[in-house]
Amino acid sequence: MAVTQVFGARVRRREDPRLIRGTATYTDDVTLPGLCYAAFVRSPHAHARIRRVDTSRARSAPGVLGVFTIQDLEGKVNPIPCGWQVPNCDLKTPPHPPLARDKVRFVGDAVAVVVAESRAQAYDAAALVDVEYEVLPAVVDMEAALQSTTLVHEDVPHNRVLLWSVKGGDFGAAAREPGVRVVRQRLVNQRLIPNAMETRAVTAQYNPGTGELTLWVTSQNPHIARVILSGVLSFPEHKLRVIAPEVGGGFGSKIPVYPEEAVVAHLATRLARPVKWAETRRENYLATIHGRDHITDAEMAVRPDGTVVGLRVRTLANFGAYLSTAAPAIPTILYGLVLSGPYRIPNIECEVTGVFTNTTPTDAYRGAGRPEATYVLERMMDLAARELGLDPAEIRRRNLIPKDQFPYTVATGITYDSGDYARALDRALEILDYPKVRAEQAAARQQGRYLGVGLSTYVEICGAGPSKVVGSTGFAGGLWESAVVRFSPTGKVTVFTGTSPHGQGEETTFAQIVSHELGVPLDDVEVLHGDTDSILMGWGTYGSRTTPVGGTAVYLAAQKVKEKAKRIAAHQLEVSADDLVFENGRFHVRGAPDRGMTIQEVALQAYLAWNLPEGMEPGLEGQANWDPSNFVFPFGTHACVVEVDPETGQVRILRYVAVDDCGRVINPLIVDGQVHGGIAQGVAQALWEGARYDPAGNLLTGSMAEYAVPKASWLPRLECDRTETPTPVNPLGVKGVGETGTIAATPCVVNAVMDALSPLGIRHLDMPLWPERVWRAIRQAKGGAA
Amino acid sequence: MIPATFEYVRARSVREAISLLQQHGGRAKLLAGGHSLLPLMKLRLSQPEMLIDLGPVDELRGIREEGGSLVIGALTTHDEVANSPLVRERVPLLAECASQIGDVQVRNRGTIGGNLAHADPAADYPAAALALEAQLECEGPAGSRTVPASQWFVDLLTTALGPDEVLCRVRVPVQTKGQGWSYIKLPHPASGYSLLGVACLVTVDGGVCRDARVAVTGAGPKAVRLTKVEQALVGKRLEEATVAEAARLASDGLEASDDLYASAEYKRHLAVVYTKRALLRAAERAAG
Repeated sequence: MAVTQVFGARVRRREDPRLIRGTATYTDDVTLPGLCYAAFVRSPHAHARIRRVDTSRARSAPGVLGVFTIQDLEGKVNPIPCGWQVPNCDLKTPPHPPLARDKVRFVGDAVAVVVAESRAQAYDAAALVDVEYEVLPAVVDMEAALQSTTLVHEDVPHNRVLLWSVKGGDFGAAAREPGVRVVRQRLVNQRLIPNAMETRAVTAQYNPGTGELTLWVTSQNPHIARVILSGVLSFPEHKLRVIAPEVGGGFGSKIPVYPEEAVVAHLATRLARPVKWAETRRENYLATIHGRDHITDAEMAVRPDGTVVGLRVRTLANFGAYLSTAAPAIPTILYGLVLSGPYRIPNIECEVTGVFTNTTPTDAYRGAGRPEATYVLERMMDLAARELGLDPAEIRRRNLIPKDQFPYTVATGITYDSGDYARALDRALEILDYPKVRAEQAAARQQGRYLGVGLSTYVEICGAGPSKVVGSTGFAGGLWESAVVRFSPTGKVTVFTGTSPHGQGEETTFAQIVSHELGVPLDDVEVLHGDTDSILMGWGTYGSRTTPVGGTAVYLAAQKVKEKAKRIAAHQLEVSADDLVFENGRFHVRGAPDRGMTIQEVALQAYLAWNLPEGMEPGLEGQANWDPSNFVFPFGTHACVVEVDPETGQVRILRYVAVDDCGRVINPLIVDGQVHGGIAQGVAQALWEGARYDPAGNLLTGSMAEYAVPKASWLPRLECDRTETPTPVNPLGVKGVGETGTIAATPCVVNAVMDALSPLGIRHLDMPLWPERVWRAIRQAKGGAA
Repeated sequence: MIPATFEYVRARSVREAISLLQQHGGRAKLLAGGHSLLPLMKLRLSQPEMLIDLGPVDELRGIREEGGSLVIGALTTHDEVANSPLVRERVPLLAECASQIGDVQVRNRGTIGGNLAHADPAADYPAAALALEAQLECEGPAGSRTVPASQWFVDLLTTALGPDEVLCRVRVPVQTKGQGWSYIKLPHPASGYSLLGVACLVTVDGGVCRDARVAVTGAGPKAVRLTKVEQALVGKRLEEATVAEAARLASDGLEASDDLYASAEYKRHLAVVYTKRALLRAAERAAG
């Protein structure tokens, strides 16, 4: 393949053969001599005082090496800290002990841990730990929790975690403007369970000889895990190695540092034997974070011509029982600041109340705050259009930020980098053949069929930076990224990235960047990640940052390699570096193409060091740390056509069109894959997924037999297209694309269903749009019972 | 998700399986495809002390035609039933039903015998077995006996199978010319089981319905025949209005339970809609 075509080529993911053939090594595949297994004893109650824990039967069970409660961990494993303490919102940070102390706060809260010679023995013995509980009333419903005298944490009054707000302009004044109408709606964004294909796991090994502790862990960010765990375990960071081997998806659920990881690490040192714990799917549903779970009252102020002049949003956000690592930022900064979407809305006010409940903690789930904001905005745009009798495409077009207005600062204070929002909308409508689809809809209505068309125009905010700005929001870290690009003497290249891809395909895309820049064959580039011993520093993979931030660091490191190589080549060819041309992986003298050296030849010379420029260090590698000047802002328009069966309430998606713009595209195949997966998850929230608790705090959707994960066969062929508007924020011109589908798809589908039901006067239904919910609304609209 | 300890034995014959059942009483369970039993064991809702694997028992395999019926071995997978040319030609209702069970992985492992012996209230086969008036052949210490489908399903997860009996074969009368059939379901979005499924088999002669069999699964504790609907169809032409009127009787007295995705009321409504749709499709096929 010609070098110039690597960047932008549909290169197949090099990760896939090993993933598909089962030859990848996940945390649970790590086997070590003397390995023993941990199992956690989990609370069956959502809220209860622990009266007594009797471990005697479990201790004497076959193969058991030890049974531990919080008393055994005192002074050895500290509480799990929250890593994003958002300022100016009265954030409460009650301690999160590694095992429950005095009381349990959600079904699945870990009370004790058993270590045994085999996994089965550990689980058998865990069932023998006798915990005496005094069951307390549980708070599950957010609105009830704020009024309740039952407190999840005694030192957090009203169960209120935080009260955060942002105000740009004056909504009240805008709403009072003559002729302006205010559209109101309550919107529930239901709780979701992330469902990474690989459940969480940790394998810990302590070497008493060297004093080193090694953890293999299912993490999206091993360096962050190392920093946090060194504090939690009071263990010197330089003696702690964290490896995220193959990680089978995360969707945000593997960002946090969890109690189990700290406890298992400690047990490995305590028992001086390697210890493994791998979560069962049932535990994954209970003890790994959930996402979303908002109740929002939204008001949109709009002029008769469709100009949106204001948006006011009051949101309750469910935090569950404890503050997870990044939880405070999700419904605040990553939600409230994004509420302007792709529109010019001069007056925006948002107030968020965070609530503790006796449920599984929540944190980042694919999109993390941005899908929630986009859902509110896009539903309100449709409701405003309906109120005014405007076409949903038309009201959007009238409010989009024009392409000549960038950089554009929205009312919430953030500045968008680049965009051509109208072009993406036009392209989606063109692919859909919007007028024809509307005509078909009208004809179908004549036959008593309910077709609906839905649109969603969105902006994502991702690739967070600069670190200074993110730090000012309470993030306890930086969001720059590191990269090393290193030639070996034989001319092969190893790339070390501080990001930690776990399904996103950067082993392929980063190799494409390096291959393109250095002119080496793609197969000669190896991309390594996920090991704190081999990688200087890194902040991980989440928030669609890996390519815009980590990829840029790789690009810059490659430039440094190229610069040094050029100096060596110039020295050996006895010309000035300015007289050299670099083409297809070879330096040659300008005007004399025969006089040259390949970069591989230069690499060998760099290591031999027989003839280097005076004062130059041997070796050929480049290291770069990139701290972006701003976030990047991908955008696009999704559109779909649905049909609702009025007799049963079933929704069928007939067509789905996605036009996304993530700036320059390194690998279209991978971008398509990210979009496809995101759409599946976004559609699933609209139609199928939803975690449910009973009033006592039991998770009713506790397995895949009750919780509806989307199936490929439920989706139509996805009609994907792109526009390409480079970002000026990084030299590659790339924006993230990992979350766009999830952000855009959910309101797109709900808008389509509501459009289908509009002849019946149905204005809004909350998700998931299960058939019975839709059927009841139809029956009520037709004059029957609800 | 980690089952309790159990013993595992491979039976080489039905005789041996029966003798093992006799020895271990209620503490042993037969294992066929394992797609109902193993999930329960992983959740420790079922903790048998012994699993008797029927896998090696060849006499429980195979599909053959015999005396106007198909005889289907209990270990025949859903996929084999769905794709067997013999089943598709002779008992297309059963093939249509099997093709809608679970997903590809489930159909590759799950068996007709295991399915009918487990009698999940939302399983698909029970509706087809009732509509086809299948006969279930069991063997036990006292010899073999045949139980009609109408007497097989006793209650929630309870069948006429004795504690030391093995369900060996399912005998399904072949469909005849002039019969129309259909199996349709609304799958549970998570499990793939039927929120509601309807199987029907109608015999039409001279444009008039001579016999109608309609069975519903998913609504209540067990699959049932909808006799009132059936009676309302016999002697009538299966025109849309007639079918719709008869289908209204589907919810009449139908036992239905609430679950997370569908209330009893909604399931009764679905019974009416799906009965109507299944019958119209069957009528269309009978005509031609």
